[in-house]
Amino acid sequence: MEYLNIVFQEVYKILFLLVPVLVSVAMIVWLDRRVWAFVQKRQGPNVVGPFGLLQSLADALKYIFKEIIIPSSSNKVIFILAPIVTMTLALIAWAVIPFSATQVLADINVGILYLFAVSSLGVYGIIMGGWASNSKYPFLGAIRSAAQMVSYEVSIGVIIINVLLCVGSLNLNDIVIAQQNLWFVIPLFPMFVIFFISALAETNRPPFDLPEAEAELVAGYQTEYSGMMYAMFWLGEYANILLMCAMGAILFLGGWLSPIDIYPFTLVPGAIWLILKILLLFFLFALVKAIVPRYRYDQLMRLGWKVFLPFSLTWVVLTASYLFYFNLLPTN
Amino acid sequence: MIAHAIFFYVFSIIAVISAIMVTASKNTVHSVFFLILDFISISCLFIMIGAEFLGMIMLIVYVGAVAVLFLFVVMMLNVAQQKNQWFAAKDSSKHIPVGLIISTLIFFEIIIVIGGWKYKPEIFDINNSIAQTSISNTHSLGQILYTDYIHVFQISGMILLVAMVGAIVLTFRQRSGVKRQSYIKQISRERTEGVEVLEVQSNKGVKIDD
Repeated sequence: MEYLNIVFQEVYKILFLLVPVLVSVAMIVWLDRRVWAFVQKRQGPNVVGPFGLLQSLADALKYIFKEIIIPSSSNKVIFILAPIVTMTLALIAWAVIPFSATQVLADINVGILYLFAVSSLGVYGIIMGGWASNSKYPFLGAIRSAAQMVSYEVSIGVIIINVLLCVGSLNLNDIVIAQQNLWFVIPLFPMFVIFFISALAETNRPPFDLPEAEAELVAGYQTEYSGMMYAMFWLGEYANILLMCAMGAILFLGGWLSPIDIYPFTLVPGAIWLILKILLLFFLFALVKAIVPRYRYDQLMRLGWKVFLPFSLTWVVLTASYLFYFNLLPTN
Repeated sequence: MIAHAIFFYVFSIIAVISAIMVTASKNTVHSVFFLILDFISISCLFIMIGAEFLGMIMLIVYVGAVAVLFLFVVMMLNVAQQKNQWFAAKDSSKHIPVGLIISTLIFFEIIIVIGGWKYKPEIFDINNSIAQTSISNTHSLGQILYTDYIHVFQISGMILLVAMVGAIVLTFRQRSGVKRQSYIKQISRERTEGVEVLEVQSNKGVKIDD
């Protein structure tokens, strides 16, 4: 009986986290399209509901009632597994995101490594989908995406090392608390910029959306998917984008800390600040999508390996020497 | 405790079955996916015994990077042609003796390791390690790696670097006649280099690209 109680409590907590995440993923799609439209002097989705707020729900309904087509020459098990893997990986990462000092589902010691590991597993959904479709365009898209995500993971890893040097712990709450006096975006500003660009590449967002470049590959790895399976890829992708924004907010923008540490601001719960910071980063994501043209593939690889990796490695050396020289290394 | 045991058996059964399926499945790509499943369940086992850092590094390095490249290569092979025929094929029967010898060797090595553990328990005396103190797994790993074993650690890093440089040197070839792009050149192009204004005479035209 006691076990059952614990299980129910945990399930309740998980639902309390997952349902808002899923709803906000749907809303964020709407926000993305609106921002994109406003930059281009269009209206965007504005018909369904007030300001078009219910557009994503209408889209979801449409996807649910569409027929799921499984190509006869595809590898069926892996074909069906691919969107499930994408979606699951995008959602399980939220378990370690701290919304305040106590509001976190799993406060594990290696939180940032867990986030990094889950985001590096995200490539499997895409590879599986691309390979199992047994068709040219998905396969090309999958190969592109595999190379791209592996490359940019390296620079994200090195950037995380920069932050960890200043914190001295892998726990996400410790990372947030270490920024109480100064957000890391100020001393590590170049790393923040590189993290943002790498996050764009890691989530296959424009200008790095080569895996689904519609001009060359139809829709890349999603070409053969339809109905709810396509929607799951889509949701997983946006949940990943939100996750990357949350990671950026926690690593550089002080997570759930309020920007000004004085009375009226400290009353606002930490979750609100974190959500505002995530929204700010997502707004930047949406702006970039609207204003930047797509990269060419060799330029993308050059940027990752020849520019970001050496630069962030040099910055690790600089940060470490600075901390060591001024005796600021965190100890516990 | 019961929940712990249940999780342990679930993960270890998945690990063993997927390890068998790596060799038994007929499709090479499926083998790689089973290998990935094996890695994941082993990292879950690592986390269960409290080695959370090792488990996460296993996920990041093996599953997130090595297995992706592995899958990448295997997907390029033509799976349809090389149906895995196991013992039936004449070619593969040659490999069986070699495989048997190697697997016997590995088996005896494991026996020796486990035997040493069983009959000389002080080899793996937990009290000697830092695992009992209150600091976290990651900290204690770092404290051992960067103090007592710093030279071994650095040398192993060097070996990996040399291997990487070696692989690049072996596969690198300078091809002639390839058009290369210089970003500096492209950005620093001026209008005078790109545009030429010509006076065109009627009925004569202009010769471009000579």
